[in-house]
Amino acid sequence: MRLNEEEKAMLAGEHGEPRRWALQHQLQVASFFDAEDFVPVGQAHIMADTESLGESGVEFLESLARHPADQRRVRVPTITDPRGVDFRRYKDIGQKQWMADLEARAIVAFEALGILMTDTCINYQTIMPPVLGEHMAYGDTGVVIYSNSVLGARTNFEGGPSALAAALTGRTPRYGFHLDRNRRGTHRFVVEFQPQDLVEWGALGGLIGRKAGSYWSVPVIEGITSVPGSDALKHFGAAMASYGSIGMFHMIGVTPEAPDAKAPWDGAAPEPEIIGRQELERFCSEYAAFGEKVDVVVFSAPQLSLVEMQALADLLDGRKVHPETTLLAVTSPEVKSASDRMGLTARIESSGALVLSGVCFYQSYAREMAEVNGWRRLLTNSAKLVNIISGYGYVPALASMDACVESAIAGHIVGERRAG
Amino acid sequence: MTAVTLQGHVGIGPRVEGIALVAQDNFSARYDLDRIKGVFSRPGHALFGQSYVDRILVLNTAKGGVATAWMLREMASRNMAPRALLFNRVNPIMAQGAAFAGVAMIDRFDVDITRAIETGDRLLIEPETGKVTIMRGAG
Repeated sequence: MRLNEEEKAMLAGEHGEPRRWALQHQLQVASFFDAEDFVPVGQAHIMADTESLGESGVEFLESLARHPADQRRVRVPTITDPRGVDFRRYKDIGQKQWMADLEARAIVAFEALGILMTDTCINYQTIMPPVLGEHMAYGDTGVVIYSNSVLGARTNFEGGPSALAAALTGRTPRYGFHLDRNRRGTHRFVVEFQPQDLVEWGALGGLIGRKAGSYWSVPVIEGITSVPGSDALKHFGAAMASYGSIGMFHMIGVTPEAPDAKAPWDGAAPEPEIIGRQELERFCSEYAAFGEKVDVVVFSAPQLSLVEMQALADLLDGRKVHPETTLLAVTSPEVKSASDRMGLTARIESSGALVLSGVCFYQSYAREMAEVNGWRRLLTNSAKLVNIISGYGYVPALASMDACVESAIAGHIVGERRAG
Repeated sequence: MTAVTLQGHVGIGPRVEGIALVAQDNFSARYDLDRIKGVFSRPGHALFGQSYVDRILVLNTAKGGVATAWMLREMASRNMAPRALLFNRVNPIMAQGAAFAGVAMIDRFDVDITRAIETGDRLLIEPETGKVTIMRGAG
């Protein structure tokens, strides 16, 4: 590992203990992945909800925050992933005071480090998207796969400690998706149908994630005939990352490093695996639960865009959520603020639904919420969420936003999936 | 006692000994574990219901989200962590988490590690050299 003079000084503690810890941590990871040097990053993005951090993680952040300002403050713009508690709403969903207290301590520490509390996993839609070729240290799998694939940025999955280390040093080890050779296609898929709505995009992402199955795989997707929107690719990428730990894909004619069918390959493209609509239907049927009582309907993972908030408001206008069902719409603080201003929050909440801001359902003490509220059957249009949430004691079901809303109003799972 | 040595890539963390818990499945602390009870809690996981505490987990690959990077240290702080982790191949999160938590981890072996090791095997893990020794017949 080649270190320049500044890096040697950091490692020697000349820039303070936080930067010494950070560089030491990065060197361990660099050695594991045979990185030869560091690469400067434009931003860092830290996943650090308090359910993951626990008391020990918060104490670690507080220990960094006690150092002098010139030693502890981050060196590149650094933002946060969703947190565990929405202070405006946590009591309404059965979260405890100790959760809010721990969250408040973490925020104080983060702010002392100079970190911007954006609390979002859709920063590429709401904060500052990276540009083609820009190196980043992003810490949410959905953010990473979207940034690498759709925007052509260069980032690995950076867990909270490593994203924080990158923020403190302004660099990250050059391995994985920072290197051209790891961004080339490894698996070829031809899709024989066009996904019709967000849940189908998520399901297709989940299918490909399962098949490709490794962080070191880069799926190449052919057959998509019109350019999907940002929300479609958001659900597609987030599900692929969740099911397969995938950090990058190419979509021929859509993503910037795949302008044509030859571009993602070093040599001849391999034989493709064909994905037809029947296979998509089989995937969705794994999460079908027609007729069953639904305890909680969740729109989250990823957080909703402003466009999704409007779609939800349109579906809920003048209607009431069933008294034995909870409907949660989860978004970022920026989108929540815009939704307040544009009247979308009021339209959604007048149905009895709750809008949560700056959190994500599975990062918000989901197990404890299930126990307190008696939630078991969860319905969502997020393929990512159904993959994650069963370990927290839920029985998940998957349907379109339209069918999710109809089910929330009926109190049980209704209807076939429809576009929406 | 017979000893079989397997060679992986140079790993992370301290030299440790312990008992293996093996499955041909993948791993995420967020998706798969009840970290309070110390058991695999996702019904679809091959190790569902089994305790991972103080075991050397031997699994195929890391999957899913980034939370494991914090969670390994959090589990270790309550003495509820696996003693070590062996994978065929990990993603960056697992490596970052092992480094942050000081948990021993090795991947990239010359064999399928989930088939070379059996649940209950006593193992010696040496991350500095990437070696894993199976000590069968040891008491």
